[in-house]
Amino acid sequence: MARVLMKGNEAIAEAAIAAGCRFFFGYPITPQSEVPEYFSIRMPEVGGTFVQAESEVAAVNMLYGAAGTGVRAMTSSSSPGFSLKQEGISYIACAEIPAVVVNIMRGGPGLGSIQASQADYFQATKGGGHGDYRLLVYAPASIQEACDLMATAFDRSQKYRCVSMILGDGMLGQMMEPVEIKPVEVKQYDNSWATVGWADKSRPRAVVNSLYITHEELGAVNKRLQAKYKEIAANEVMVEEFNMDQPEFVIVAFGTVARIAKNAVAKLKEQGINVGLIRPITVWPFPYCSLEKAAAMNSVKGFLTVEVSAGQLVEDVRLGVNGKKPVELHNTLGSVYPTPDEIVESILALKGRK
Amino acid sequence: MNEQILIAGFGGQGVLSMGKMLAEAAMAEGHEVSWLPSYGPEMRGGTSNVSVNISDKPIGAPIISPGDATCVMAMNLPSLTKFESFVKPGGLLLVNSSIIDKKATRTDITVYYVKANDLANELGNPKTANMIMLGAYLEKAKVVKPETMLDQLRAVFGAKKPQLVELNENALKKGADSAK
Repeated sequence: MARVLMKGNEAIAEAAIAAGCRFFFGYPITPQSEVPEYFSIRMPEVGGTFVQAESEVAAVNMLYGAAGTGVRAMTSSSSPGFSLKQEGISYIACAEIPAVVVNIMRGGPGLGSIQASQADYFQATKGGGHGDYRLLVYAPASIQEACDLMATAFDRSQKYRCVSMILGDGMLGQMMEPVEIKPVEVKQYDNSWATVGWADKSRPRAVVNSLYITHEELGAVNKRLQAKYKEIAANEVMVEEFNMDQPEFVIVAFGTVARIAKNAVAKLKEQGINVGLIRPITVWPFPYCSLEKAAAMNSVKGFLTVEVSAGQLVEDVRLGVNGKKPVELHNTLGSVYPTPDEIVESILALKGRK
Repeated sequence: MNEQILIAGFGGQGVLSMGKMLAEAAMAEGHEVSWLPSYGPEMRGGTSNVSVNISDKPIGAPIISPGDATCVMAMNLPSLTKFESFVKPGGLLLVNSSIIDKKATRTDITVYYVKANDLANELGNPKTANMIMLGAYLEKAKVVKPETMLDQLRAVFGAKKPQLVELNENALKKGADSAK
């Protein structure tokens, strides 16, 4: 397929269809409403199902039900709507049902604003709902990357029987870029767990459940889940290390903010200051290893975390750097995005401090 | 090439469409592009703007920062007031002088006044003011070839509304002529 100019939200939906998704359940909310809108047109064309549910809570439970039969299904929302889905996502994680969720973040807390934000980082990376679980969270920086990661998100959710998430922001959802929706080889995994009927009784009965009343049962489930998350953490980290040849400082940023940071890196280079960028592509599992490695470099004097939230990403950066070098925070609040010049200023301030 | 174009006006003037046509045409010529709309609780008559980046390299920030725009097209007065300062020194400012009677204050940039609405009315369709302005911009900045833009018009309107291809083509030409 040739490159076409597509809006992020629409491209995400088209990429999901290419990845074999045939069931979508959602509820409109700015700035992700083009996702359900696009599915409402495309799903009937590909023999899929689109349901505009009566609420976010209904949508996530429809996802739970459909995905429980082993089909590729997803839901999407934006911050306040995504909070409403947390109970269902916790159930899906516990029941070990493969599913994909998309959060196109807007400003918060509360109903917040409809402009872009990164303030759902904690919610996305630390579980989100109740109980001990994790999502496999992809944070694309471009629309092309969002499309490519959508295929990965579906595949890994099936492989690990986990919930995968695409974490974008209103900017990624609303902007247009050239994109190529690549054909996806949809790999089939064992789905003997799926509830597809038991008429011939040829296999053990499949049950979708997230209620384990006894200590022994719930303990076993939690051990299994933690083993799975350990495996994901070992195998699925994705990171971009940009301009990391002996940098003096290292910027850490994800998603669209990392693109702004790249402009800052270029501007600093013009001034003769060599600054690298570590961009987590998976924000869980987090690329702690890249930060450890950078913190051990003699050339690196310090780190600057750039985020559109009050100091969320920086906590993971500090865990990775582990006190070996100073970690500073450049953050903006209330859906205001930093400019490259402001990031340059922060690096110059760090440099001047010594 | 590293063009950073900011187009602003009020909702209904076709500002987002101008940006999209430009981005589509630049993409067709093999450039990297990004199109980022302002979006908010906005409606017809409210403010609207779009940032278009055209580059030969992968595009970093899709947002255009103050002082970085290679061109600003101001379709109404609030847009001129807000975005004149966004033009980088030596950059281009196009002002829709049909409905903006104020002059630009900057002296370190190139300013052109385009009577976009008047010229559109001469064509018999006031809605083409956006294409008049886009035509003037293409004449000045030569970012994409006029033929490529015509291909885009055909792609957008061709099958369903062929009469609009000619109308918009005339608007682009009229805008270009006005800027010669």
